[in-house]
Amino acid sequence: MRSLDVDVVVVGGGSTGVGVVRDVAMRGYKAVLVDRADLAQGTSGRFHGLLHSGGRYVVSDPNSARECAEENVIVTRIQPTAVETTGGLFVCGPDDDPDFGDKFLAGAAANGVPATEITVAQALELEPRVNPGIKRAIAVQDGSVDGWQLVWTAAQSAKEYGAEVLTYHKVTRIERDGDQVSAVICTDLKNGEEVRIGCHFILNCAGAWAGEIAGMADCHDVQVVPGRGIMVAMNHRLVNSVVNRLIYPSDGDIIVPVHTVCIIGTTDVKAPDPDHLPIPHDEVQKMFDAGEVLVPGFRNARALHVWAGARPLVKDSRVGAGDTRHMSRGMGILNHAERDGLKGLLTISGGKLTTYRLMAEHIVDAMEAELGTSHPCRTAEEPCPTPAPDPTYVPTNYHVTHRLHDREHDRMEDPILCECELMSRRMFTDKLAEQPSASLDDLRRQLRLGMGPCQGGFCTVRATGVAHELGTVDTERATGLLRLFLEHRWLGLWPILYGDQVRQTALDNWIFSGTLDVEHLPEGAEVV
Amino acid sequence: MFEPDTYEHDLLNRASLDHCVKCTICETQCPVAAVTPLFSGPKYVGPQAERFRHGESVDHSLDYCSSCGICTHVCPQGVHIAELNSVARSAMKADHMPLRDQLISRTTLMGMTMTPLAPVANAVLRFKPALVAVEKVVGIHRNAAMPTAHVQTLVGWLRSRTAPKNPAPRGKLIFFHGCAQNYFEVETGIKTIEVLEHLGFEVIVPKQGCCGLPLQSNGIFDTARSWVRKLVAQLREAPQDLTIISCSTSCGGMLKHEANEILGVKDADLLEVGGRMRDVCEFLLEMYDNGDLDTSDWLPNELTVPYHAPCQLRGQNIGTPAVQLLELVPGLTVVESGAYCCGIAGTYGLKKEKYDIAMKVGKPVFDKVVAINEGVAACDSETCRWQIEQATSVPTVHPIAFIHQAMGLSKLPVSTGG
Repeated sequence: MRSLDVDVVVVGGGSTGVGVVRDVAMRGYKAVLVDRADLAQGTSGRFHGLLHSGGRYVVSDPNSARECAEENVIVTRIQPTAVETTGGLFVCGPDDDPDFGDKFLAGAAANGVPATEITVAQALELEPRVNPGIKRAIAVQDGSVDGWQLVWTAAQSAKEYGAEVLTYHKVTRIERDGDQVSAVICTDLKNGEEVRIGCHFILNCAGAWAGEIAGMADCHDVQVVPGRGIMVAMNHRLVNSVVNRLIYPSDGDIIVPVHTVCIIGTTDVKAPDPDHLPIPHDEVQKMFDAGEVLVPGFRNARALHVWAGARPLVKDSRVGAGDTRHMSRGMGILNHAERDGLKGLLTISGGKLTTYRLMAEHIVDAMEAELGTSHPCRTAEEPCPTPAPDPTYVPTNYHVTHRLHDREHDRMEDPILCECELMSRRMFTDKLAEQPSASLDDLRRQLRLGMGPCQGGFCTVRATGVAHELGTVDTERATGLLRLFLEHRWLGLWPILYGDQVRQTALDNWIFSGTLDVEHLPEGAEVV
Repeated sequence: MFEPDTYEHDLLNRASLDHCVKCTICETQCPVAAVTPLFSGPKYVGPQAERFRHGESVDHSLDYCSSCGICTHVCPQGVHIAELNSVARSAMKADHMPLRDQLISRTTLMGMTMTPLAPVANAVLRFKPALVAVEKVVGIHRNAAMPTAHVQTLVGWLRSRTAPKNPAPRGKLIFFHGCAQNYFEVETGIKTIEVLEHLGFEVIVPKQGCCGLPLQSNGIFDTARSWVRKLVAQLREAPQDLTIISCSTSCGGMLKHEANEILGVKDADLLEVGGRMRDVCEFLLEMYDNGDLDTSDWLPNELTVPYHAPCQLRGQNIGTPAVQLLELVPGLTVVESGAYCCGIAGTYGLKKEKYDIAMKVGKPVFDKVVAINEGVAACDSETCRWQIEQATSVPTVHPIAFIHQAMGLSKLPVSTGG
């Protein structure tokens, strides 16, 4: 058994967890973050990519609107490479109530959410594919954010402040010393080793899995009610700014341009198990119907991939029925010293990716209140480090043309492994050298490997081959990685198979089954 | 922002990228990618790069695309690859159009300037130091296949000749001569008119300007649109139920489909004129297939002719009518080049940075022409003829010249002079 001692263990490597571990580390605590999988593999990587302007909440949830407006500016500044400043529009569809726009503008003005009504003609000039039948349009400062880039850059910042980030470390037990937490016991899933992390404080940021973690510390009945939402990525950017429907929050009310694709979202259905989120046919159809309202012809465009995420809503049975604050979409903190008589444990629920930094600040403040200490929070002022070969490079906000620009300069020397997403061989080998035990999915989230139209049809073999050729993986693991990646791609493909994507899938299938016969390769390793 | 009635506004070329399954067939058939790594290939610059384009132009290497259109032609999924590239090139060059590209795309201007000064212009084009200066200043390669200027234009010939008095039992046709037949390929224009008149047609030649194709292929879309619209109006001044004959493959193709598919001109007038447009060989072969072309009195010509089907002809989806037509001439054997492109692609091969690429692209064509050579080669497109002739020194003529000779309108050997 490995063992280490820290001040604080953060459980959960989503946006909340990395925001918290960064803040804790910047305030001078020795901290470690553990996650049973890779960073941002759960909800933080399974959303539509919106960096809220606050517009979505100006009528339904003014407090969230104000927080979103403030955090939008901060995140855009401290994590520029994760954010594309696309701008956004709220458009009133042909059958929507135009008066909602007045409530919207009033709410925006009252809560510091920048919003300007523009003419329908101006909106159509900005976004020529938007429904010409729209009745009103309001421009806001919505952005597009890559959840993985956001989490990885925040984690990098935490590491520079001495924090340790242990992915693929599954928490199996929480030890307590009387009424005080004393250690977190994990299993390193990559090698099966047990790891004991002695600590004084645990910040439970496990999101939809938070109830399970609290239960390990004998704090029972923390009921997580995951809210399942599905999202569909379309093959290219049908819009270049975020297009929202000017209505009360509803299913399929938004299209977000994210990197090379655009994503329509989402639904909200209670899910019993965050590890098994179904993607029902009728919800997929609902997304396409909603897409037609915003962009006529949406159904004729090519859908690439569909996925589901679980919102981490926590319903606490010990909170009075009237106290809806802790059940709202906003952040809630369960103080287990008050609730269960256990010191050194806070459980965080709810929240939004846009406000992840503010949530972290509140949580760490709450921890310090319990510890009786106080340090200023500096996460809003200091930018996260951006990995760049040139130290004089000043990072700018992401723009969709960036990879095309990069390849224009290195295309003669560096071959491209993933053609759809213009990922060069060097991008892949550099990341693989940093993370030799990564799965192809882990690398995909950082590099967009296999996320374009062919959905891994052409790049999976190349990437596996390169990893094998470099000796990073042996033949058994290569086979396992290849199969696992294809299985995961398929999960997001079959529910949206129609039109062009059927042809692609057929071609991919001929390559993998017909030519390479991957189903009958010698048994591969069980891959983690 | 784009005009509301333009293709960029409809973004339909862009929508066609959804059909790409990355099969790479276009890349294997692209004649430019085959000879230079400077061009990343049609799949890369087309459906792939398009997903990354918004606002900024960052992939300037897409200009190595010659616009030959073979990628679109071979795509089994229906992606408008060449059209995507043309639109992207136009957006890219909108802010920094080289003077050279402005000059060579204005064919009428070039023709009008060169015609009165033909002897001088031709002398200059044969005078090496002058060409080196042109290359340095303007960027046209010193060895590029430039047209020969003529003292008399086709319009001048029409004015000065005595029009046939014979009755025209087969009725009337409109002749669309384009800039090339008017200024540089006057003899091809004359022969086409004479062949049609010999068959019993009355040929009407309305006043006409440039179709705008060179502007389009150089990315100057706005001017190209206004030119093609003006030409359509001119052609519609003649009776509107008549078939229009062209012996310029590329200009005919512009009116048939490119103005619509690349420039996004969707005017009913354009579509109407495009629907009446026939390539002269296409037209004659249709007559033959209908039993209206009597070849029994055609004179023999014991000759093997290398023939190259231009890219612009393939884009029209009419097959290679010239091959079947030429084989109707007794004794004439046609050997097809079997290669996609001669490299010139309109004005591409004139440019100093692309000249070497164009010559490599055309090498299989040149090799075939030289190997078969019995004194003359045939090709439908004028710029391709200039290119083949420049590269092989084999005189290269429009197929109509052989038909003209077979009808006894000119003598053997087939005249290759201007």
